[in-house]
Amino acid sequence: MTPGERRLSLDTSAAPPSRPSLPALPWAWIGVTPFFVFAALFLVLPTALLVVGAFQTADGEFTLANLRDLTHPSIVAAYWISIQISAASAIGGAVIGAFLAYAAVGGGLPAWIRPTLMTFSGVASNFAGVPLAFAFLATLGRTGLVTWALANWFGVNLYATGFNLLSFFGLTLTYLYFQIPLMVLILTPALDGLRKEWREASQILGASTFQYWRWIGLPVLWPSLLGATLLLFANAFGAVATAYALTGSSLNIVTILLYAQIRGDVLHNQNLGYALALGMILITGFSNVAYIWLRGRAERWSR
Amino acid sequence: MSFIDIRGLKKSFGATTVVHDFDLSVERGEFISFLGPSGCGKTTILRMIAGFESVTAGSIAIAGKEISRLPPAGRDVGMVFQAYALFPNMTVAQNIAFGLRVAKKSAAEIRTRVAEMLDLIKLPALGDRYPYQLSGGQQQRVALARAIAVKPQVLLLDEPLSALDAKIRVSLREEIRSLQKELGITTIFVTHDQEEALSMSDRIVVLADGRTEQIGSPFEVYNWPRTRFVASFVGTLNLLAAEVIDADAGTLRIDGLSVATVGPIRGRVAGDRVTVALRPEAVTLGPAGGDRADLPGTVEEVSFLGAVVRIRVRLGEQTVSIDGFNQPKVALPAKGDDAVLRFAREDLLVLEGDG
Amino acid sequence: MKKPTFGPWLAVILGAAYFLIPLIATVEFSMRMKRGEYSFEAYRVVLGDPRFQESLAYSVVLALVTIVIGVLLVVPTAYWVQLRLPKLRPVVEFVTLLPLVIPAIVIVFGYLRMYNSQSWLPLTDSRRGTDLLLAFGYVTLALPYLYRSIDTGLRAIDVRTLTEAAESLGAGPMTILFRVIFPNIRSAILSGAFLTFAIVIGEFTFAALLDRPAFGPYLQLVGANRAYEPAALAIIAFVVTWACMGLIQVFGAARGAASKT
Ligand SMILES: Nc1ncnc2c1ncn2[C@@H]1O[C@H](COP(=O)(O)OP(=O)(O)OP(=O)(O)O)[C@@H](O)[C@H]1O
Ligand SMILES: [Mg+2]
Repeated sequence: MTPGERRLSLDTSAAPPSRPSLPALPWAWIGVTPFFVFAALFLVLPTALLVVGAFQTADGEFTLANLRDLTHPSIVAAYWISIQISAASAIGGAVIGAFLAYAAVGGGLPAWIRPTLMTFSGVASNFAGVPLAFAFLATLGRTGLVTWALANWFGVNLYATGFNLLSFFGLTLTYLYFQIPLMVLILTPALDGLRKEWREASQILGASTFQYWRWIGLPVLWPSLLGATLLLFANAFGAVATAYALTGSSLNIVTILLYAQIRGDVLHNQNLGYALALGMILITGFSNVAYIWLRGRAERWSR
Repeated sequence: MSFIDIRGLKKSFGATTVVHDFDLSVERGEFISFLGPSGCGKTTILRMIAGFESVTAGSIAIAGKEISRLPPAGRDVGMVFQAYALFPNMTVAQNIAFGLRVAKKSAAEIRTRVAEMLDLIKLPALGDRYPYQLSGGQQQRVALARAIAVKPQVLLLDEPLSALDAKIRVSLREEIRSLQKELGITTIFVTHDQEEALSMSDRIVVLADGRTEQIGSPFEVYNWPRTRFVASFVGTLNLLAAEVIDADAGTLRIDGLSVATVGPIRGRVAGDRVTVALRPEAVTLGPAGGDRADLPGTVEEVSFLGAVVRIRVRLGEQTVSIDGFNQPKVALPAKGDDAVLRFAREDLLVLEGDG
Repeated sequence: MKKPTFGPWLAVILGAAYFLIPLIATVEFSMRMKRGEYSFEAYRVVLGDPRFQESLAYSVVLALVTIVIGVLLVVPTAYWVQLRLPKLRPVVEFVTLLPLVIPAIVIVFGYLRMYNSQSWLPLTDSRRGTDLLLAFGYVTLALPYLYRSIDTGLRAIDVRTLTEAAESLGAGPMTILFRVIFPNIRSAILSGAFLTFAIVIGEFTFAALLDRPAFGPYLQLVGANRAYEPAALAIIAFVVTWACMGLIQVFGAARGAASKT
């Protein structure tokens, strides 16, 4: 290749000289075409079709009726339980995960703890879905090991206390199994960003540990903390498999409702199904946008 | 009793001892530098004074009060870190005010003190900026202001300039020194840059491997290094292996040539191998004779550095560098020329330790 | 100053307990199949079940197809964006993050609407077509992880210099991509691939709603109908996840070591 040709290939806006009449084709874009075509076909358009469908009648006319029908008590209840479970598992996972991450990063523990925790977190945060449900049934189900141990060793009959694995509380507990490690994975880099010098500078200026966290540690960390919590929320909100394998369709959460709708049109209105999906996109979309915004804020300080 | 009195200070991490029997007395208002290569324990000593590192053995007293077991906040010292130690979520003014706020000073008092500090560091207009909006040099000035806003008795600085680029480093160096003189605050400054230490300090503590090599004024440390380590670390001295001929008369043999220094050479006997130091600027080339010592050799290399001309002369096995001012009227020697090194007898230093 | 480490120890021990107890319980449960003794009977039954073998094989093949498509899609894109269209990076990054925003069940719902038998591209009409759609769906799911891993790998090498050096030696774009870029980010690609494998192998929603005989729906089916086999399956799935993560660590470590030299 001559130098001239090479310059041509680097100059992304140059049009082939043989066809000067055409507008300069930005042919560097050809390199990313497959990606955008793929994204359009398998990500954007399918979703957009649902969004459009949410505003249509069965005959294809514009309507807001589907959105109005979302306020049906059973649908509202499904959203509400989903939001509650997602929020509970997100907040619980965030708080516990934050303490765990802090213990490993700044707790003065032996050096091997941290890589071990990170590896285990990588595994546990990916151990979700159907197998996780099985594991919890084997643990806290009616014949589970912990249920048995509580009854035999401590004389506590778990299921007599009103506990049920196939419930709000049980599902939250199960979700925590992947939420906590996910929080550890997300938060550890943020905790590494808390510099030892800030702690020491505040100490030598007379601040107590509480004052350090109140004025420096938490303000610096909070965008990361809140952002991670929102990500955990979206993560739980869209989960289907764990809940379905654990509870069948006995728990009325929105993903399971949508699953049933897709399989058998239980709402007797295809377009209402699309509206249900739109509602989910809006909720996870909101929490993700908030996450990205907060992460931007957090990065502002670390520049 | 000095203002800061450190006696027998020792620090071990597990089985390894990184600071051995460190003693130091600092007068009120003095500016002391710790100078030494990376890993020699400068930071560790400083952090023991600040209270971030526990003391394995020994004592630290400030103004007659033993502080080595107190928490950092109880020691009345201020500290400036190497870099990035400003609180990122606070403005410049809030950073400076932090210590005052913790001490529950009144809002009015904090405001005047912060304004005073901003003036002092010559950044009066930047109080509302966040640290990420400042240059590195500005950040370090704010860190300095934050440390002295609470009027500590002692100021500790751990390589505060090493993250900055060369120009700012020099100007900030002068600024810190004049500020320190103005406030009369007793200061300990850690650096591995000899120029920094030489230009700023009242006294320099040269450290190697957790031990004191020499304590003295910049002038003393530079001109009369006591050990081979100090001689090689501070300045660009020529170090030559020599053998004692007569300790009382002060005569030595270097590469088979005998020279005389001002005797007697203490603690040595004839036949001892020693190291001698010779500053490049103390040597001239010229004819033999007079009261000056001289050594014949051959010119090996001539480097023209502008104001200074550096000439390397070989004497048998070893070489000696000579720095002379550039004089247009005098022709430079050429490679391979015979030359005679001339220097005053007292400039040939016999160093402590093995040769 | 010596820090008190009681609290951190407690946190780590509780965390470890929360992680380990369900695993121990599952192992214990999976061995209860024969009355009155512990045995590996459940594993024997599961491993001998032809539908287990078929569905697992199906998912493994699908995972491999997904990885190939995903890598062929993502590497040239990430490479091109870094080399020629850095301004496009935020857009591409945003798109790759969309699968985290749009729940999987919504995406597959969209597929069913877009590619059904009455649509312009009725992929779901044939079995092969549905398989392909499922693989594309999995590429979508894996996109955030795959892109991130490969993009990081590309950033660690000097793409521009490598490309120009290869060009000056007369290499064409395909040669550069396959002979120069791919080998240099091998460990990044492998990390992304193992993560993709872990995601695909037990995936339930896509496979169930597209009605394909994958491992995830098989797990669910066994769970609904059997007692001890599900626990054995959970342990097998856990071991697979663990192996994937372990391999990622191995290759991640290799990458870290390589980038330090
Ligand atoms: N927490 C620690 N645990 C074990 N060894 C340590 C610890 N802190 C410092 N050391 C060791 O103590 C020695 C002195 O370290 P120190 O940080 O005081 O060096 P320094 O003179 O400040 O070096 P530099 O110029 O690189 O900052 C080093 O060998 C270091 O490895
Ligand atoms: Mg240091």
